[in-house]
Amino acid sequence: MKKSGILLKGLLKENPVFVLVLGTCPTLATSTSVISALAMGIAATAVLICSNIAISALRNLIPDKVRIPCYIVVIAGFVTIVQLLMEAYLPSLYEMLGVYLALIVVNCIILGRAEAYANSHKVGEAALDGLGMGLGFLLALLCMATIREVFGSGSWAGFPIPFLKDHTVPILTQSPGGFLVFGVMIAIVSAITKGKAPAKKSFSCEGCPSAAACGKLSPASCEMSGKEAASHD
Amino acid sequence: MTKLLAILFASVLVNNYTLVKFLGICPFLGVSKKVDQAAGMGIAVIFVMLVATAATWPIQTFLLDPYGLGYLQTIVFILVIAALVQFVEIVLKRYLPSLHQSLGIYLPLITTNCAVLGVTINNITDGYNFLTSMVSSLGCGLGFLLAMVLFAGVRSRVEEAIPPKPFSGIPITLISASIVALAFYGFSGIITNIFG
Repeated sequence: MKKSGILLKGLLKENPVFVLVLGTCPTLATSTSVISALAMGIAATAVLICSNIAISALRNLIPDKVRIPCYIVVIAGFVTIVQLLMEAYLPSLYEMLGVYLALIVVNCIILGRAEAYANSHKVGEAALDGLGMGLGFLLALLCMATIREVFGSGSWAGFPIPFLKDHTVPILTQSPGGFLVFGVMIAIVSAITKGKAPAKKSFSCEGCPSAAACGKLSPASCEMSGKEAASHD
Repeated sequence: MTKLLAILFASVLVNNYTLVKFLGICPFLGVSKKVDQAAGMGIAVIFVMLVATAATWPIQTFLLDPYGLGYLQTIVFILVIAALVQFVEIVLKRYLPSLHQSLGIYLPLITTNCAVLGVTINNITDGYNFLTSMVSSLGCGLGFLLAMVLFAGVRSRVEEAIPPKPFSGIPITLISASIVALAFYGFSGIITNIFG
């Protein structure tokens, strides 16, 4: 695949948030304001690029059986670096993101890309993939945050908007609004791409980082685990 | 005692991890198609949360803090949780095969669940002692179970509806989650009114 193709597929066609539906927790939690969405997006992109590079470089050294724990250690290391840097230089953003910054470790996008891409591609390609996916995540967060902040608090990145600031819909900045905006955004993206994107009809184990770790769940989807559960009874 | 009850109810209803704090959304949306599966997942999460807290709180208090290693928290916690889940699975398989059959398949999925890592970190950040940490973990787990079971009930009806094409599948699920989350807003303020 062309270099630009690797970079661009993360933005819309394989957007990690709106198409692959990964990393839902940070998307919903930090898209309440544009500033926190931007901080989260940049932090996750930095971790994603670094971890993709490291895992791609180490792909021939890591034994297959213990690869998931190895990835987790690599990712947790980079997350700690980002945490320490942010605490030192951007303390107000560090406070704002709180526990969600540490939770980048368990962000499905990062483990998912390590498992699906970085461990089978060259360092340069893995870095571009990380950048593309990270930017896709950032873009999705910014879209969500813009809608929620403009209509929910009548401002954009803290700057008040003349008419809207007197006619806010506060529920958009709360959790029900998060689910609602997210659902509508996925519907819009699926209408735009008209099923050209690898549409995901239901939540499956494909992107789930634990999928490889749980051999029992066969290659199929999480629904499979349900069926297995049923057949166990 | 009142304080413990307040922490318990606050983490079950007011600060519900799934619907208010957005932690553990993946299993919430992924394993909520049937009520019995949702309950199984919820019970497994309660179990792992309690075990994880019982392990990570002493590690933070007696190992990381005294030696100034607080910055290793993220790495140590995720590794401890991952190892613990594997260990629990092996023990269950060997000694309690019936329990392993009903909970076992959910355990690996919980390793990288952000709700479990989130609750262990939050317990430290909030400055809870061992007892209150365990109670808050129990509350978070119960809150997760409650949200899962309620949502599975709603979802079994939504699955039979025919929404407009772009909305079918994930979008309609998220919108119904939004309405369930709205219902949980009825609980805000309940703690200050009862225990305050």
